[in-house]
Parts: sequence; C-alpha cells; structure tokens
Amino acid sequence: MKITLRELDGTSRGYYLLLGVLALVTAIGMGAVWYIEHNGHIVTGMNNQIVWGLPHVFAVFLVVAASGALNVASMASVFGKTEFKPLAPLSGLLAIALLLGGLTVLMLDLGRPDRLIVAMTHFNFKSIFALNIFLYSGFMGFVIAYLWTMMERSAQRFTPMAGLFAFVWRMALTTGTGSIFGFLVARQAFDSALFAPLFIALSLSYGLAVFLLVLMLAFNASKRPLDAALLARFARLQVIFVAAGLYFVLVFHLTNLYFTKHHDFQRFILLEGGVHTALFWLGQVVLGGIVPMILLMHPRIGELRGRIVAATLLVVGGGFAQMWVTIVGGQAFPLVIFPGRQVSSSFFDGVVNSYTPTLPEWLLGFSGIAIAGLIVMLAMKFLGFLPARLDGAEKQSTQRAAVAV
Amino acid sequence: MTQDTKSPSIQPPKSTSGRRGFLSVAAAGLAGVMIAPGVRLIEIAQAATADTAPSRGASSKVRWGMLIDSGKCASGCTDCVTACNTENGLSGETRATDSQWIRKIEIKEVRTGKTQSLPMMCQHCAEPPCVDVCPTGASFKRADGIVLVDKHICIGCRYCVMACPYKARSFVHQPLSNQKADVPRGMGTVESCTLCVHKVDKGEMPACVSACSDAGHGAILFGDLNDPNSEISRRLASYPSRQIREDLNLNTGVRYSGI
Repeated sequence: MKITLRELDGTSRGYYLLLGVLALVTAIGMGAVWYIEHNGHIVTGMNNQIVWGLPHVFAVFLVVAASGALNVASMASVFGKTEFKPLAPLSGLLAIALLLGGLTVLMLDLGRPDRLIVAMTHFNFKSIFALNIFLYSGFMGFVIAYLWTMMERSAQRFTPMAGLFAFVWRMALTTGTGSIFGFLVARQAFDSALFAPLFIALSLSYGLAVFLLVLMLAFNASKRPLDAALLARFARLQVIFVAAGLYFVLVFHLTNLYFTKHHDFQRFILLEGGVHTALFWLGQVVLGGIVPMILLMHPRIGELRGRIVAATLLVVGGGFAQMWVTIVGGQAFPLVIFPGRQVSSSFFDGVVNSYTPTLPEWLLGFSGIAIAGLIVMLAMKFLGFLPARLDGAEKQSTQRAAVAV
Repeated sequence: MTQDTKSPSIQPPKSTSGRRGFLSVAAAGLAGVMIAPGVRLIEIAQAATADTAPSRGASSKVRWGMLIDSGKCASGCTDCVTACNTENGLSGETRATDSQWIRKIEIKEVRTGKTQSLPMMCQHCAEPPCVDVCPTGASFKRADGIVLVDKHICIGCRYCVMACPYKARSFVHQPLSNQKADVPRGMGTVESCTLCVHKVDKGEMPACVSACSDAGHGAILFGDLNDPNSEISRRLASYPSRQIREDLNLNTGVRYSGI
C-alpha cells in the first residue's frame, strides 16, 4: 500500500501558540527541578512515609502510555491490520515521545539527578529498576529502527521484523514497569504478579487514548480528512482495552478480598481511604472506565468526534487517578510490620500517611507531558509523520513521500 | 570449628606505632622525590594508610547481630534513640521528612490490651530486599552482614525505602550541616542504621547498645552470630526468639525475644 506522509505546514498561529505553551511549561518545569534540587525534597509534599509522589504518578502514566501508544503500529505490522498502516509512524513517534517525557520526570525527581551517569554505569541486575534502564533504552532503539524501516524505502522489507521486535519488547517493558510494584514483597498494597498483566492492559488503554487525542488534534488542526469508519474501529478497540484494564483491577481486588491478611488494605482503598477511595471509585472506575465505555458504544460513534474526544480524555484522567491510587494510595496505607497488633511510634507506624503535592511537583509532572508534546509537534512538522489524508481516498492520492508500511 | 573459621570477638583496633607509620610515609615520599618524579600522591597516601588503618575490611567469618529483649525494654525510654542521634549526627526531630535510624515502637495486643515496647531499626537482613531492588548497587551488604548505603553511588531513587519491610530507611530531604566525620550523609540520598559500623570496626559497641546498658536496661545484646561461643549465640540457642516479619524469610541480623 502506498501512503503519503506529509510534514505539517506549520504556518498556523495555533501550531506556534501550542508549541510556545509547551516550551514554556517545559521551561517552568525545569525551573521547578532546579528549585527542588537546590532545596532538597523538603519543598515537595513527599516525606519518609510517601517517598514516591506526584512526579511518579506522571512518570509512570507516561511510561505505561508510551508502550501502549505503539499499539496501532503493532496492529499494522504484527497483526496484519493494513488499515492502520498509514498511522504506524505516528504510533511509533508517540511511543518514543511519551517514554522520553516520562523518563525525564522520573530522572529529575531523583534525589541526585546529577548522578544519572552513575545509574548508567553501575548496575545491580537483580533490581528491576536496573533492568528497566535496559528495557527503556532497548525500546527506544527498537522503535527508532522500526520507524527507520518504515521511512527508508530500501529497508521496508524489514518493517515486519522490526515491528515484531518492537512489539515483543514493549510487552517486556510494561512487564518491567508493573513489576516495579509487583516485586515489592513487603508492602501490602503491592507484592502481586498481577501488576505486570494489569499494567499491560492499562498501557493498551492509556496508549490508545493518547494516540486518538493526538491524531484527532493533528488532523483537525491541519485540516486533513479522517475516516469515520477508522475512528469507529479505534473507539471499539478502546472499549475493549478499558474493559481489559477493569478486569485486572477486579481480579486484583477480588483476590485481596479473599485473603484475610489483605482485608485492612482493601477496607482502606475501597471504603475508608478518603481521597484515595474517591479517586478509585469516581476517577478510576466510573469516570475513567465505565463512562467512557458507555460513551464509545454508540452505534454511530465514528461520526461523533466530540464524544470520542470526551471519552479518551476521561480514560487519560482515569489513568492518572489509577496511578495515584496505586502509587500514593499504596504508600498511604501504613506498612504492616506486626500483623494483627496496634502499633505507634515517632515514625508514623500504624498511621495513615498523608501527602499533599506541592506546586513544584505539579510543574515537574506537567513538564513531562510538555516534553512529549514538543517532540511530537516538532517531529510532525519536520519529519512528516502524518498521512496526508485518511478518508479512504489516500490510496489514490498524490505520492509525495510515499512509504509502504 | 577450626581455628580459621573461629570468628574474632570484638577486638580493639590494630594499632601500629606512630613511628612506623611515619617512616613508611617518609620512605615512600623520599622514594617518590628521588627516583620516580611521576609517582602519584595518592600512592603515597595509600602507603601511609595501609599500615595505620584500623581494619583491613569486613570478614565473612563474622556476622554481627543483635538480640533485643522486649521484656527488658522500658516503655517511654528512648535512650537508644537519643544515643543514635548523637552518635550519627541526626537532628532528632520527628517530622515526616526527618531521618530516624532507630525508633521505639509501642505494640498493643488488640484483644487483651497488653502493651510492649521495642526499638526498631535496620534488621541487617542476610537477604535484604533493599539490596535486591537498588538499581546501582549503592545498597549493599558487607561481608560481616552489616547493610549499608554507599553514598557515592546512591542516586536517591527511594526504591529501597519502598522495599524495606521495617520502614528502616530514611531519605535526606534537606541540606545537612555539622555532620560527623565518621558518618557520611548527604542530601538526596537514602540512609539507615549502620550498626554504628565506624565503632564496630574499632572494636566498640553500637551507640544504642551502650546507651541501653548505661540506662540499666541491658535490653540490647550485640555480638557475633557466627561464633557459637558468643553470648548472643548462646542466648539464641537457649531461649526462644524471633525475627520480625519472619514470613519473608530474610534471616535478619536483629532478633527479638519476649514478643
């Protein structure tokens, strides 16, 4: 199939305005990093009870979404869904951009981000964190190679193979991300092998939602036609992905409810956890799960673009809520050292831990999104990642930078 | 047990005469000046420290540990905590962001209301989860079982804080001042009880052990778990004791009795 990929004209004021806003958000985020590193993490809301806060919520969401953003390309190159082929380059681009945005936040929230070189040269291979460094960089490499095979005419015969490698690697990557939590043997909120498949299901959902938002914004802004039937297929996929995420969440909580030792934790998350409970039910389950599924199940969903935008925004919002509940809620529940006994100490043993993120944390988190956005916008403008049209007529359209994917 | 594997009990530091140390420096310096202009200063320094260092490194023949008798630990007494803070240069403040290397936990049996008190700190596990998860290897276990953080390669990711079953680790949230020369700490890195490694290497007791003894409680016994003749080993062999979160099978270096 021949498809025309065309650079954004980039002359519109809207493009430059958005580019400027993203650059500003990035710059402010870097200022926040300087402030945190200069004063120490005391200027964040984090403490010795909740050591991973809002920056991790942003970072893990972006990293999970990154692997999921590759869905569309994988469906085209690995599962033979040719109708998605024109969008495979955008899919790969988004995967790289989201990963870079997420990793930037993760790295800049370190206590010693200046020691990045240490993290790159000292490895403890029993640590899933250390393995993730290889999974991240490998993913980046595989996706770049995959993109190159798509863009370079002479390498196009390697595209299916590169796509397969990238697909396998993204499964490993998200298994690694989920296992950061799954391997925490001592914590009641974690310590479950389910985190790996759960995170893979979530990545499918978050990644497609972000992909659809970017696709619709870019096509709308550059006045390129977009096929309603294609959008309807994406909408149906989104429903399946959201349902898969909810399924794993259901199994996780059902298992915990069966185990008496986890009853206190379940009571906390499901009933008595305050903001965490609210974010779980309202954010993650209702607004981030059930409502978008209902919205997207409309028979003529392909024509209802506003509805698709609303549903995917809800999935993204629900994703942030879910990351909050998982990461922050999991730490807010007091670590059980003496099961079945009441404990108290000067170090907040037995106490529900509180955490209120401060402005610098929000700024750092948003800068991760902005960095991903900047990468996508610049790549679209200068490298031509978007098909010229996707209204079914693309096969006959003029071939300016024709690629076969 | 052969002579070789018999672990040394606490020994005073190997002291060498000042004269010998001086002569080795002088000889190395003189040689450097006279015969090898390119000799690096650091080699001279190494020549000097090789003989005068108090320890030649930790030995796996020893495994340092503690036995804490919660029956002797007095509720409300925090002498061990104060001693730890003083010894290691901690502020002693107890805000959510402050480091606490050792803390007193009051435990209450829900049904009977029976209360107990005990100190909680790094349990110096044989299989430490903090060491498993550390991406750079900054979290490490010495040959003699003491679990430490290498402040030079800790990147401050806090994964070890998440992984520790005992809430024993703290992250340094603010700039530090007036640090103790023997106890390196640093903003943006993680820290925890070092078992007063700087004292142990000189043949002394950890500060909390001495303080508890001075207070007349004697609730903390320190010694070599590998030496069957040490008092801690004999007590562990004679009386019931347990590890906290023994379900995790971490083989902790700190054991408790009376709970």
